[in-house]
Amino acid sequence: MNAVGKRTIRVDGSALVKGKPVFADDIELRDCLHVKVLRSPHAHALIKNIDVSQTEAIDGVICVLTHKDVPRHFYTTAGQGYPEPSPRDTVLLDDRVRYVGDKVAIVAADTLAAAEAALQAITVEYEPLPAILDSRESIDNATIIHPEHGTQGIHDAARNIAAHLKAEVGDVDQLNDDDLNTFENNFYTPYAQQSSIEPHIILSWKDENDRLVIRSSTQVPFHVRRIVAEVLGLPVKKIRAIKPRIGGGFGGKQEILGEDVCAAVTMATGRPARLEFTRAEELHAARSRHPMHTRMKLVVDPSGRIQGQDIRFLMNCGAYGPHGLTVMSVSALRSVSLYAIANQRVTGDAVYTNLPVAGAYRGYGAPQGIFALEVLVDEAADALNIDPIEFRKLNIYSEGEEVPIALELGEGREGFRTVVRTTRLADCMDEGAKRIGWSELRGSGKEGTVKRGVGMACSAMGSGIGGIDMGAASIKMNEDASFNLLVGATDIGTGSDTALAQIAAEVLDVSVESILVYSSDTDLTPFDTGAYASSTTYISGGAVKKAAQEVRAQILEQGCKLLGVDQAEIRDRKVIAADGHSVSYQEICTKSLYTDHQKQIIATASHVSEDSPMPFNATFADVEVDTETGIVRVRKIVSVTDAGTVINPPMAEGQVEGAIPQSLGMALSEHMVFDANGAPVNLNFHDYQIYTARDMPEIEAVFLETDEPTGPFGAKATAEIPINGPAPAVVNAIYNACGVRIRELPIRPEEILKAFQSVESDDR
Amino acid sequence: MTTTFTLNGSIHHADTSPGTTLMDYLRMQGLASVKHGCETGECGACTVLVDDKSMNACLLLLPVVEGTTVETVESLGDHESLHRIQEQFLSEGATQCGYCTPAMIMSVESLVRRNPKPSQADIRDALAGTLCRCTGYVKPVIAAEKASARLREDS
Repeated sequence: MNAVGKRTIRVDGSALVKGKPVFADDIELRDCLHVKVLRSPHAHALIKNIDVSQTEAIDGVICVLTHKDVPRHFYTTAGQGYPEPSPRDTVLLDDRVRYVGDKVAIVAADTLAAAEAALQAITVEYEPLPAILDSRESIDNATIIHPEHGTQGIHDAARNIAAHLKAEVGDVDQLNDDDLNTFENNFYTPYAQQSSIEPHIILSWKDENDRLVIRSSTQVPFHVRRIVAEVLGLPVKKIRAIKPRIGGGFGGKQEILGEDVCAAVTMATGRPARLEFTRAEELHAARSRHPMHTRMKLVVDPSGRIQGQDIRFLMNCGAYGPHGLTVMSVSALRSVSLYAIANQRVTGDAVYTNLPVAGAYRGYGAPQGIFALEVLVDEAADALNIDPIEFRKLNIYSEGEEVPIALELGEGREGFRTVVRTTRLADCMDEGAKRIGWSELRGSGKEGTVKRGVGMACSAMGSGIGGIDMGAASIKMNEDASFNLLVGATDIGTGSDTALAQIAAEVLDVSVESILVYSSDTDLTPFDTGAYASSTTYISGGAVKKAAQEVRAQILEQGCKLLGVDQAEIRDRKVIAADGHSVSYQEICTKSLYTDHQKQIIATASHVSEDSPMPFNATFADVEVDTETGIVRVRKIVSVTDAGTVINPPMAEGQVEGAIPQSLGMALSEHMVFDANGAPVNLNFHDYQIYTARDMPEIEAVFLETDEPTGPFGAKATAEIPINGPAPAVVNAIYNACGVRIRELPIRPEEILKAFQSVESDDR
Repeated sequence: MTTTFTLNGSIHHADTSPGTTLMDYLRMQGLASVKHGCETGECGACTVLVDDKSMNACLLLLPVVEGTTVETVESLGDHESLHRIQEQFLSEGATQCGYCTPAMIMSVESLVRRNPKPSQADIRDALAGTLCRCTGYVKPVIAAEKASARLREDS
């Protein structure tokens, strides 16, 4: 391998360390309007009247749009493949608001100050309605959040159920033998916010041919084009969506949150427009992780084999249902496909509430399900007096085994056959145990008031969405033997442009520097479903590999023609005939363009996979619990991943290192708080606390490679899986340290303190 | 209102409206490295050096920098070569999305000017004002350690 697996410098890295103007907002548009959104102060209300007449007196206000001014078209903000599996329950502006932060009106002005003044000048008469602020009260509540006509795909609007799922294999109810042990508990994981440092930023303008151009911080440019076309009633050909460099996404930008708003202003005024979410808007009016109540049961036989698993999910979508069914499906799939269990049942309801809208967030439901599963597995191992690692090893899938229940969990349609072709999960556990000091620390450090403990958790994920995700790539050869690689795949900071360049360079036998990557512009690059579901290396990488193989074949063919032979081989950037004569890549391309057998060497390929091979991970936590304050300090996290072949080691490590503080944040420091009326309380980074450099524990990110037969050069996915383990591993480590069992996140010191006091009094 | 200060080596006489922040002004000058992530002094993406100190440009009204020397990442290195800190951020894979990278680099630059031999704890403190959601700060800390070592070798 000359490129794959190498510590390659990012293709966009030099521009990034120099602070070059590469992000959405780094260009300036002449005569640009500043767009602001008036948001609801009520969790649930009808808009009886909106008076915008006072805005006319404000100098520079150009455009004010309310529900009376825009078409009432139902869509989903979820940036998913078409037809979207999410309910179409959203209109651009409505006469009903469903959460604090819901859109009421759009204003655009010559200056930001004038736009902000216009927000103050709009008078809205609301009729407040009862609000549902607890998902457990949602089903069959007298208040209905989506009573309106015209929605599509809501499972049961009258009962506030956005989506429902059920899957079953075997018969979990018949497991009643006396020698079986049953473990059952309730778990809760809360809202958490993606918190990319670059907020949602959108610029839109009309080009010289009167086409609408949208330059947006998005993970899904092709879905932006399709959904904006639909919402504004424009043909797709009238829209060009451009993805520049993106300042982090984590799922938050797999959503059409402002592209439609900004474009509506450009279409209404003919002028360029710019919309930037404030941090406060990001923290309540963008998207977040779905809060989840999980009830889970495990039935274990005397040999330690899990015979039955029963799961019931109650998921909070917030006021609208983007990604509702699919996130819950991933919660289900990831909870039932880690261990080989003969009898499994999972049911779930994704319900509406009058709280902020959840959506895609790295892990996409898996962290919720894995949290419950991996804490309950720890409880079972403890009760059965088996080492948690040994207990897991008794139950995990082996290579060659099929996951039968996956057929029933296909995100709203039939699933695909899932066979575990590669797994080193057992090795991951052993490696992690060694690195964290498992055998030494499990039994020591329990004296004194500050107690130390270790815990662990396993997880699996997918690599793209089987049978749905499609990526395409074009490769064009230039006369100096450089290649333009045009991909629909969306590098959002993950480094996928670099990984894809490495794959192309490997096939074409050239340096990565010879590959010029251009990603995601709906006018210039082929299609890609977008950067989500850990799909880019596996799916888009598959497309790049195929396109590069086709280009390589064309180079060989043109080389043979120039050499006058039927057969030759490619070596050292030359086509070499059996008699030793050769032509260089440069000669082949130059002659192909200008003189001999003229043609452009170019190929386009697409890739879709019914397989979505599972990467596996074992995460270990070493923690200290101060039993006098309840404060938990994470000393170290070890994360060991089987992601197939690692295409770029430092970038893969970076995915793990970045995922860990997001999971630790959900467990320990991040907490979206609401008041009694459903209004968000913590709308800035002082109060919504993501990890800083000072908070970080020691991290070890390790990869144990496998050679996945369906992936490009053996690759599986890396991006999401490391976010699953840290939270349950910390919870299990807390139990090991001081005997307190946490089942609800975030972990609060006062809960630990209270629980520790009762553990201690039990011991006495 | 005119504010006179030195920006990346040139004297600026900035004539701006009273509410203009240093961040607004720097971005108006085309200095795209100065990012905005909150505009309320929480995320640190707009970190620049004011008389060698790392500061949030979004919190400084322009007249506050009267008579000072302001530096952004555009002043580091030259058109041919990178500054040691940029070089190490690049080679260590310390930049992912890159949005906070210029701010982190300037935070490290401020640190090594006053403390040429920082400990890892010093580096973490220096980076604590710059939020990053991609890297977990692991590689940025390593890059800063290596860069400070290289800078000592250079001097």
